[in-house]
Amino acid sequence: MSAAPVQGSIRRRLLVQLLGGAMLLAVALFIIVQSLARQLAQDSQDNILTAAASAMLDTVAMQDGALQVDLPYAAFSMLSSLGNERVFYAVHAPSGLVTGYQDLVPIAGTGTRFDTRAFRGEDMRLITATRMLALEQGPLPVTVTLAQTRDGLSRTVDQIVAMAAALGTGFFLSVAVLAGLAARTSIGPILRLTESVERRGPQDLRPVTAPVPAEMAPLVGALNTFMDRLKISLQRSEEFIADAAHRVRTPLATVRTQAEITLRRVEKEENRASVREMIRAIDESSRAAGQLLDHAMVTFRTDHLEPETIDLGALCEDTVERLRPMADLRDIDLRVTLCARPTTSGDRILVQSALRNVLDNAIKYSQPESEVDVTLRARSGMAALEVRDRGIGFPAGGPEGLTGRFVRGANVEGVVGSGLGLTIAEEVARAHGGHLSAQNNEEGPGACVTLCFPSA
Amino acid sequence: MRFLLIEDNDNLARAAVDRLSLDGHVVDHAGSLSEAQDFAATTDYDLILLDIMLPDGDGRSFLKAHRERRAETPVIVTTARSEVSDRVSVLDLGADDYITKPFDFSELEARCRAVLRRRGGAASNLKQLGDVEFDSLSGTLRIGDNSIRLRNRELRLFEVFASSPDQIFSKAKLLDRLFSYDEEATENAIEVYVGRLRRHLQGSRAAIVTVRGLGYRLTVT
Repeated sequence: MSAAPVQGSIRRRLLVQLLGGAMLLAVALFIIVQSLARQLAQDSQDNILTAAASAMLDTVAMQDGALQVDLPYAAFSMLSSLGNERVFYAVHAPSGLVTGYQDLVPIAGTGTRFDTRAFRGEDMRLITATRMLALEQGPLPVTVTLAQTRDGLSRTVDQIVAMAAALGTGFFLSVAVLAGLAARTSIGPILRLTESVERRGPQDLRPVTAPVPAEMAPLVGALNTFMDRLKISLQRSEEFIADAAHRVRTPLATVRTQAEITLRRVEKEENRASVREMIRAIDESSRAAGQLLDHAMVTFRTDHLEPETIDLGALCEDTVERLRPMADLRDIDLRVTLCARPTTSGDRILVQSALRNVLDNAIKYSQPESEVDVTLRARSGMAALEVRDRGIGFPAGGPEGLTGRFVRGANVEGVVGSGLGLTIAEEVARAHGGHLSAQNNEEGPGACVTLCFPSA
Repeated sequence: MRFLLIEDNDNLARAAVDRLSLDGHVVDHAGSLSEAQDFAATTDYDLILLDIMLPDGDGRSFLKAHRERRAETPVIVTTARSEVSDRVSVLDLGADDYITKPFDFSELEARCRAVLRRRGGAASNLKQLGDVEFDSLSGTLRIGDNSIRLRNRELRLFEVFASSPDQIFSKAKLLDRLFSYDEEATENAIEVYVGRLRRHLQGSRAAIVTVRGLGYRLTVT
């Protein structure tokens, strides 16, 4: 059976689509969770910084002509709620630094403003808030700047990100498993249909009746219609071969019979010679036609082999009995020896036809009043049907090539034949998993042809 | 022998009837199944030659009915279909043998003889030639207490002579009767077989004599 050309795979396409989608979703999930986490972390830090800055600004007051800033406990306890972060602060008035770290420069601008920048070699979040201190001489802007490290925060964010990654991977893996299952269930009916079609015997062309999913119904419908057509065309070709044989052979039979009658009645030797030639030609053409049609039928039947168990011993005896009258005509003794009684599995009519063709050759090419031995043996799992004659044997080049179609030995001039006998025999043996071997007898003249079939 | 030939092709049937009568057989021809049944019911045949494809039905149904009647007459099926093309062999349906058209009448004769031998034969096959009793079915010559088994070609040759004693048969004609058309046989071969028959007939009143320039004939004194 030849494999169909393959383009793509439904299962693979399904898997790729499902897994691709799952991959995109997992990555999106990861990115969203990650940025949300960062955003949330930043927002909460900013809120705390805002609260701490305004708490500090609240404590700014003018005492004895100097600006006083209390560092409120609440502000620092808020700031420490984020973990072990370090905090730097600076309070500026228009006149300059009031208190805090000199090098902490407020963020330029107005209102409450945030920034992330490097300070003292570390990545920090900064807030600058301004409050107008109402004084007798007019409002005085006081600016508080806070900087906080982000170590603990980024650790937390990292944890959340790692969790998001694990979540994404887990999501992807579970979707992958589900996708595999889905692909398998959706392919299942196709596989079951394939299997049920494959399990069928070659002659089983009944429609598929097992229920299939709605999507596959048109396919199965088409398959059933196709099998119907195939069945009809097979029947037709079988009938055609048989009919062709009938059409060719009946008129030939009439001509041959008339020729035989003429030969009996004609006295003149040269007329008799031409009638004899005529009969020979008729035999030649009818034999060729017969063998051709046999060959067609053998090919047809080997393609649709319906094996049964064959008792080779019985088959051997039957076939020899059928041919005995032919052998008798030339006083050839057909002897059957059954050394074993092996059976084989195959088409009885085909195996019989193989043996008949080999035997037919043996009888044809034997000397009159000689013997043809048919021996059935069993050896190493094979049943061997050996036909040994004492005839002219194979030509000097050996039997090579004689199983080819229309190939006849170089030494068979004068014997009617079609060159298909060994071809048929060999094809039958091959179709049954066996083989045909042919050689000349080692002692004395004649040929030995062996048909081997696997023992059943 | 008396044959019933069941064959729907008239040309072939006529030729076959002519050909069989050349060997001294009596043949009735039926062109259809119904005709064949009429013949078979009223006449006793030694052998029925049955074609499988007939206008009013399959020859196999005749075969079945014939076997169900427990009729003893052997049936040889003549078929133009190849043996490979029929899934059910006619032998399984009760035919005694079958032969594929076109056939050599000597093959048909050989098959008839084999079938009749298997069936036990009839007394009508015995022929007395002087003190020689010839059984053409088993192929034996009995001279007094001495019984000789003839080989097939000797048998067929002797049959030719015994069919019409005193008639002269040329070597060429005998050659046609004895050898198939694709065998290269010379007239010397006939001399060999005649020589053998002469040895078998030694001491009897039957003899094959040479008619110089013409051939041989069987004489009984």
